[in-house]
Amino acid sequence: MRRSHSIGQRIDWITVLMVGIMMILGWLNVASATSGASSVDWLDWGSKQGKQLIWLVICGILAMVILNIEGEFFIRTSILHYIINVVLLLAVLVIGKKVGGARSWFGLGSISIQPSEFAKPATALLLAWLLSRGDGKLRSMKTLLQSIAVMGIPAALTLLQPDAGTTLVFGGLIFALYREGLSGNVLIAGFCALLVTIASILTGASVMSHPWIGSQSAIGLLWIILTAIGLVIWQLIPNMVVPRNRRRVKNTTWISLVAALLLSSGVHTGLEQLPRHQRERVQVLFGIDVSNPDADYNIRHAKAAIGSGGLSGKGFLSGPMTAYGFVPEQETAFIFCTVGEEWGFLGSAFVILLFTALLLRILALAERQRSDFTRIYAYGVVSILFMHYLINIAMVLGLAPVIGIPLPFFSAGGSSLMGFTLLVFILLRLDAERFSVLR
Amino acid sequence: MNLQERQWVIGGIILLMSLIFIGRLFQLQLGPSSWKDYAARITEEREIIDPARGMILDRNGQVLLTNIPSYDLLFTPRQARLAGGLDTLALSQTIRLDSSKLIQALAKADAYASYRPSPILKQIPNEEYAQFSGELWRFPGVQSKRRSIRTNSGGHASHLLGEYRETDREDLDSGQGYHLGDYKGKSGLELQWEKRLRGKRGIKYHLVDVRNDYREPLSNGQFDSLPIHGEHVTTTLDLDLQAYGERLMENKRGAIVAMDPQTGEVLALVSAPSYSTDFLSGKNRGTHYAELLKDPAKPLFNRTMRATYRPGSIFKMIQGLIALDEGVISPNSRIFCNRDILGCHGSHSMDNLEEAIVHSCNPYFHEVMKRMVQPGDSETIFQDASDGLARWSPRIKQFGLGTDLGGHLSGLRSGSVPDTAIYNRMYGSKRWAYSTIYSISIGEGELLTTPVHMANLASIMANRGWFITPHTVLDIGGNGKPEALDSLVETGVTPSAFLPIIQAMQAVVESPQGTGTKARVPGITVCGKTGTVQDGDRETHAVFMAFAPKDNPRIALSVYVENAGSGGDWAAPIASLMIEQYLKGSIAQTEKEQLILQATYPFPEH
Repeated sequence: MRRSHSIGQRIDWITVLMVGIMMILGWLNVASATSGASSVDWLDWGSKQGKQLIWLVICGILAMVILNIEGEFFIRTSILHYIINVVLLLAVLVIGKKVGGARSWFGLGSISIQPSEFAKPATALLLAWLLSRGDGKLRSMKTLLQSIAVMGIPAALTLLQPDAGTTLVFGGLIFALYREGLSGNVLIAGFCALLVTIASILTGASVMSHPWIGSQSAIGLLWIILTAIGLVIWQLIPNMVVPRNRRRVKNTTWISLVAALLLSSGVHTGLEQLPRHQRERVQVLFGIDVSNPDADYNIRHAKAAIGSGGLSGKGFLSGPMTAYGFVPEQETAFIFCTVGEEWGFLGSAFVILLFTALLLRILALAERQRSDFTRIYAYGVVSILFMHYLINIAMVLGLAPVIGIPLPFFSAGGSSLMGFTLLVFILLRLDAERFSVLR
Repeated sequence: MNLQERQWVIGGIILLMSLIFIGRLFQLQLGPSSWKDYAARITEEREIIDPARGMILDRNGQVLLTNIPSYDLLFTPRQARLAGGLDTLALSQTIRLDSSKLIQALAKADAYASYRPSPILKQIPNEEYAQFSGELWRFPGVQSKRRSIRTNSGGHASHLLGEYRETDREDLDSGQGYHLGDYKGKSGLELQWEKRLRGKRGIKYHLVDVRNDYREPLSNGQFDSLPIHGEHVTTTLDLDLQAYGERLMENKRGAIVAMDPQTGEVLALVSAPSYSTDFLSGKNRGTHYAELLKDPAKPLFNRTMRATYRPGSIFKMIQGLIALDEGVISPNSRIFCNRDILGCHGSHSMDNLEEAIVHSCNPYFHEVMKRMVQPGDSETIFQDASDGLARWSPRIKQFGLGTDLGGHLSGLRSGSVPDTAIYNRMYGSKRWAYSTIYSISIGEGELLTTPVHMANLASIMANRGWFITPHTVLDIGGNGKPEALDSLVETGVTPSAFLPIIQAMQAVVESPQGTGTKARVPGITVCGKTGTVQDGDRETHAVFMAFAPKDNPRIALSVYVENAGSGGDWAAPIASLMIEQYLKGSIAQTEKEQLILQATYPFPEH
């Protein structure tokens, strides 16, 4: 093993640049979202943007430290990281402080730490270690079950907080599994299930009871049947053309159907169990009329903030919707509203393109690795960043229910910023070693 | 599929999602959406800065109506909901509002707008507000707004000043820029000069935060405008005289109207019983209004302009004047007091004009009018009376009776001077003669006038033949008297005809046998005429009409006291006190004053 004395030359500076731009844009938008519409006291370290600046500096130092740690360290200590984080996730359920109904934070004096942010890189590391140990392929049922357990433990623990957004992020690691050989049926089945669920919620006004599927929407059932017929017809054609596909096609169809049934009944049962305000949020999203006029308050105001930005926005520090509290959590989960209101379509589209470019760049990094570990870890990074991006943007644009989850490098908050810094810079260190390390 | 190719599936999903996001952004930000309007509606707040309404002053600059601060309580339902609800019971106790009324008001606010403040209690007086303002912070979503309300601190001249209250549907639709919750003059001077008193509202645009607190001016205030103060209206009233008149008329029903005969300026308009405009403003207006409306003495009724009474004996002077002018009598014509048709009072038998007025001789004026109206020019008495009355009526109207007196007093009734049309309608054409209508000769019958008309008559006497159209405004906003308020109207009666009449009016007061001796004012020559008007089987109405001093008169007035008795006993002393108050500024006749102040004439139980 040759120690890289020219680490600076081997770092993927494109990724560093994109992450740096995101951090600076994020910081400016945090400043604007929290400082009223006209003046910012840039030297006020107690303000949100002052704290965020301190976190940016800390993360810069953290990034440099990581880049100077041998990649081998992360590989060897991945189990340890994972165990520590699982213990922290267990601890936070007991001694964490309750914020907004969820026990997700450790309160340490004036600062709060969210352990689930650090569990993300740890889980990605362990998953990479697990899958790269053998031949790097997800062939055996044992490896699959182990992988699911690695994802499932932090996912379940965050669901207990409850923090459904983070649970979904851990679930997003399924993209990494897919790249490593998990059947594509799972993705298709998941997609079908999602479609049927949406359809059944949309038509879920009338509910009929059935002994073995529980409470189910009458029209929802009709939808499921229609989807099933559609799937069968869709599958019949390749079935007849290529008879040897028959078995696979059958599997896809049945898996999709069962997944759709389970998910939609699950969602319906879940909706019944949810507190009223959360159920209404889901119903509002699907355009169902809810008698509570404030049920769609958050999403209505988020859309108004973005929509009122127009083509070029109202200008930096000139967005009253976000600055004066009309948008909830305007400096964290809803930070994109400030982008939309103050920078308009041009600025928002630029941020979307920036995220797309970053994700595709990391995808490219993943595929240029000789090391299975680095590739799988890179896919973990893509999955986690993509899920955050997907859920957050879809939420503020009114395309998904309100699930509080930070927009990477934009949202204010030290824990998430450090978590994403760890995630990306560990990858950059591993990537920098790609020519010198044979694994 | 080669596993490495799966990168394209994942990359494709990423691209697809980003494409969906950009499409959604396009739809939200560039599409024909209403989000811009929606955002402006919730982040921008228009603050209306009401201009100070002009004051209404008396002729000496004393304040009749001004503005004092009061408070409205506003409620924003969303704020209360965000804060976890409102303790309505505690609020109802704090602000002393019935809890069912409060809940009703809160529900109304909720129905109107969840994130906008709506009024739940209006016009809380300053003192009352001070008692609970310190407690309001305990109630989320409840805030107060200062606004100025009208106050008539003395409670004087309410009938003339009129009402200032919240605009109704009709006002809002009138296109004069009234908004829901605005106030405007609804009657009297407040209505008549609304445009001048109102001023111009200012508008300030603010950016607000989610609690609806103002944060900064919108666009640096470039759309803002400043309010323009309403103009002050100086009336012709003399507040001291007005207040004194109201005091004299306490516990009585009737009216006093005083004018400056030389200018037509109205000095006092007393309608009794009265009320204070303050009684009808504020949160209890509804109950107070109903209370006034139910009162059998009709305090809301402006007797000075709206009540039409029979003038009674004071009408005899006009008869005398026209008769002299027509030449049917001379000042020395004596007429036998024939009491067959009309009764009379006192011992006299062959009065001349002056004596007839002093004695208020009914048969004299019966004969005088007969000479004018039915002189025997025509074949039949019917045609004769019809022709005669057609000549007579217009001459009476030249004294202002039956007219709007120039129309500067809003709400003034014309009264009625009977003409041939009226009697033709009542009895049929050619079915009536003087013998049918003679009661108008002594101011009874179909003749109806208001106290303003009677005071104007006193002005005509004082001026010996002309009057300036009566009006109540001296100055608006420092620009002087509005044009065309004072036009001179001639009666067409030769001035010399007035000499014996004024002689008689002086004698009515000064001669020991006069009916109006109680109108005397020490040191001032008062000319007057009593009237005692029948009111069915009830006590008679007391009437007095006077001007003073005799030469270069400065005040002309009429006094009408319902069901009080004789004009000489009850109306004349009031006139005397009013003249003394106005010309001397103080009252020396304390005994007379006490007598009047103690007199009460309750509403007859019929």
